[in-house]
Amino acid sequence: MNPLTTPVGVSHFMAVGAVMFVCGVVCMAAKRNALGVLMGIELVLNGANINFVAMSSPFLSAHGRGGLGLDGQFIALFVIVLAAAEAAVALAITLNFYNNHATIDVDRADELRG
Amino acid sequence: MHTTLESSLPLLLGMAWLLPLLSFTLIVLFGQRMGKHGVGASYLATFSIVVGFLFSAISLGLWLYANPLSAAHAAEPEAQIDVAREHKTPAEEHHAASDLKAPDYYTGDLYTLGQFGSLKISISYYIDALTVGMFAMVTLIASCIHFYAIGYMHDELHDLTDHEVTLADGRHLHRPGRFHRFFQYLSLFCFSMLGLVYAGNIFMVFIFWELVGICSYFLIGFYIERKSACNAANKAFIVNRVGDFGMIVGLMALWGALGTFAFGDAKQADGTVARGIFSQVRDAGQEHALIVPDGMVRASAWKMVQEVAVDHRDHADPAAAESEIESRLSDYRDQHYGYWLLVVAGVGIFCGCVGKSAQFPLHVWLPDAMEGPTPVSALVHSATMVAAGVYLTGRFYPVFTPEARLVIAYTGGITLFLAATIAITATDIKRVLAYSTVSQLGYMMLALGVGGWVAGLFHLITHAFFKSLLFLCSGSVIHACHTNEMPKMGGLLKKMPWTGYTMLAGCLAIIGAGLPPIFGFWPFGFGLSGFYSKDSIIAQAYSFWMANPTHGMILFAAAAGGASITAFYMFRLWFMTFIGQPRDHHVYEHAHESPRIMYLPLVVLASFAVIIGWTFPGVWSVTDLLEQARWPGEAGAGVLMPSLIYPNELLSHQHHVHLIAGLTAFSTALGGFLLATVFYGVRWLNPAEVRQQFAPVYTFLINKWYFDELYDVLFVTPTHFVAMIIAWFDRQIIDGFINNLARWTYRVATFDDLIDRYLVDGLVNLTAAWTWSLGNSLRGLQTGLLRQYIMLIVIGTVALTIIVNFASAG
Repeated sequence: MNPLTTPVGVSHFMAVGAVMFVCGVVCMAAKRNALGVLMGIELVLNGANINFVAMSSPFLSAHGRGGLGLDGQFIALFVIVLAAAEAAVALAITLNFYNNHATIDVDRADELRG
Repeated sequence: MHTTLESSLPLLLGMAWLLPLLSFTLIVLFGQRMGKHGVGASYLATFSIVVGFLFSAISLGLWLYANPLSAAHAAEPEAQIDVAREHKTPAEEHHAASDLKAPDYYTGDLYTLGQFGSLKISISYYIDALTVGMFAMVTLIASCIHFYAIGYMHDELHDLTDHEVTLADGRHLHRPGRFHRFFQYLSLFCFSMLGLVYAGNIFMVFIFWELVGICSYFLIGFYIERKSACNAANKAFIVNRVGDFGMIVGLMALWGALGTFAFGDAKQADGTVARGIFSQVRDAGQEHALIVPDGMVRASAWKMVQEVAVDHRDHADPAAAESEIESRLSDYRDQHYGYWLLVVAGVGIFCGCVGKSAQFPLHVWLPDAMEGPTPVSALVHSATMVAAGVYLTGRFYPVFTPEARLVIAYTGGITLFLAATIAITATDIKRVLAYSTVSQLGYMMLALGVGGWVAGLFHLITHAFFKSLLFLCSGSVIHACHTNEMPKMGGLLKKMPWTGYTMLAGCLAIIGAGLPPIFGFWPFGFGLSGFYSKDSIIAQAYSFWMANPTHGMILFAAAAGGASITAFYMFRLWFMTFIGQPRDHHVYEHAHESPRIMYLPLVVLASFAVIIGWTFPGVWSVTDLLEQARWPGEAGAGVLMPSLIYPNELLSHQHHVHLIAGLTAFSTALGGFLLATVFYGVRWLNPAEVRQQFAPVYTFLINKWYFDELYDVLFVTPTHFVAMIIAWFDRQIIDGFINNLARWTYRVATFDDLIDRYLVDGLVNLTAAWTWSLGNSLRGLQTGLLRQYIMLIVIGTVALTIIVNFASAG
């Protein structure tokens, strides 16, 4: 069964979500720039969001009914709000870090190491 | 009963009693801040006692106004004796009973200290003619002594060097003065003595008795740094305790059998009368004759009483047993049940008086009490301490049985002779006077013992005046000469005329100088105060001799012989001090008359010593005043000695008795005086030769009959020995036990310490060490590299997923 030929279903969305999640993780792990790391976080969160939305969508389920009802959509909305809040806090931390160290290289932020 | 007196006398005398306490309290609290070096304390103390004297004098005036002295006793003794004889005949009992009246007294409670069942301990008063007279005497003499002491104690106003105390480094003690403290104790002393006289029950007497004792302890030991003063104070205190032991036995007998301590009958709030000791022993229904009170009969016949109670156990009427016992009591009394209890009570109380009044065999403390400052000696020897014993014997007189009286008489007789002989050889001026006091106290006890109640207390009052005078004079001499030794004095009359002549008055008073009635212009002769009181004692002793040949003769001989010796040693003292050539020129050069504040009290006391015994018919007479307080009625014959007869004291006022007594007293005193004049006045005979002639006697007397040595062997050494054994036991056994206990406790504690340190602490430290090393090893994980953390999270997540998948698949 060729995924490119079958009609768009949940697994396609999950594939996109998985790609976005992996991209985000790699971005977080590879970037030394704090803003890059934040971007990676956004990717991870939104990858998860796609899964939620796809899983609960009634149009995509095999028998026309979402397994999760509308719950997935609401969780996605929460995640967006949380992401916004997290971004605000993280940006503030970054700004302060820059003020103190004149850089936003996360490898330099190792003063609390054991 | 006079209502005004009933309310005013307790108030006036109570204030006179409490003022010295107020002064004492103020001096204790503020003494050192009163004026310069506490000089104000003396003014306060003197002021309080003088005001006390004024109150006492007013009381005496009120008493005399309400109870005028009848001249009947003195002027018509025969008529009185008729009355006394009359009630001996049974036919006229009823008629006579109306003539016999218990003395007027006022009694009442001021404050109840506590009530335990039937035992009521209260601060109460008992005021009769004796109380009023004693108050006036004590406050007057104490006032004079206070004034005198202001002068005498002036050394204490500044720092002084005590030449009789040598410190370890060979220097003399230098100490600050203690002026205020002296007056503080004087005030307390006056308060205690007045409280003793004021007291309305025997328990309160006992309290103040002890207070007097502790005051004398403080004052005898006033120069506390001197070893001798310290010992003397202890001796006085301990010897008194011996007597007080007997007194406590007496108190127990009284309270256990009678259930009351009160002297007089007191009206209760509910209208009934609580009967005191006196009215129980001297029942008005029995003509005030001595009877054994119901309580003592019951206590003694308790076996029979119990049998009656057992017999009536099942009886319906609960009062039947009681009435049966009541009806049998007189039978029991006739069988002498309870009589010995009364004897024990009397002799017990007298034991206390023996200690306090320094009677044989407890006389040893008084001469040592000379270590105190002279004003204290004067106070102790006249008005307060030793007077208390005679006063209590007099106060308690109605209770004494004939046996107890005979004990008193013999104690007095022995003391009188013993002390008089010791006084002959003493050379310390104060010691002569001290033994003279012991001897005169013996006179008083002898008088009381042979039935001369008025005579004994009369002598107490006259003696108080001349003995305080003599002591203050000796103090004045010591003040001038700075020595107590008479062999260093002599010829001082020129230097100290005031002291010399007042002391001459005192000496004449104490030997009873006067003209016996044979010379005639006065019914009882004419003389100084001591003449009257000593005369009445010898008259009573003679009257007793007439009634009881054996006992009477010995006691009369003691009284007469004592009078002679008294005259000898008193004039030996006066001649040695004031007459002849000065023996020590150094002392003589420095001698000087004392300041006015010291010799004016001497003049006051000297005039009283002369006139206090005089009778002004209807106005003033000590004997008539005392007669008002005398309990009428006979003591009867004793159980032990049925032949003993106590003649009524009024019998001794008969002319022929008095004539013989007067002549005896006069001739013996004259003999003693002439002997003293021969030896020391005109010096025809050399006392040293006589001393050699009678060397053994002299040694015996100068060593005070070896009483101190005897007591040392009998009591002090055994006590020390027992104390040594007990000390050894304490040190070896008890201390050893305690020390071992301590040692074991120490060992257990050491072991405990090891457990604590290694086991408990070890566990705790081990846990801490482990935690620390774990944390240390984990800190490497905390690299601070964000990207590394993310990688770890990712790897962890992937690993978790794989594991979960494999697990679920497996």
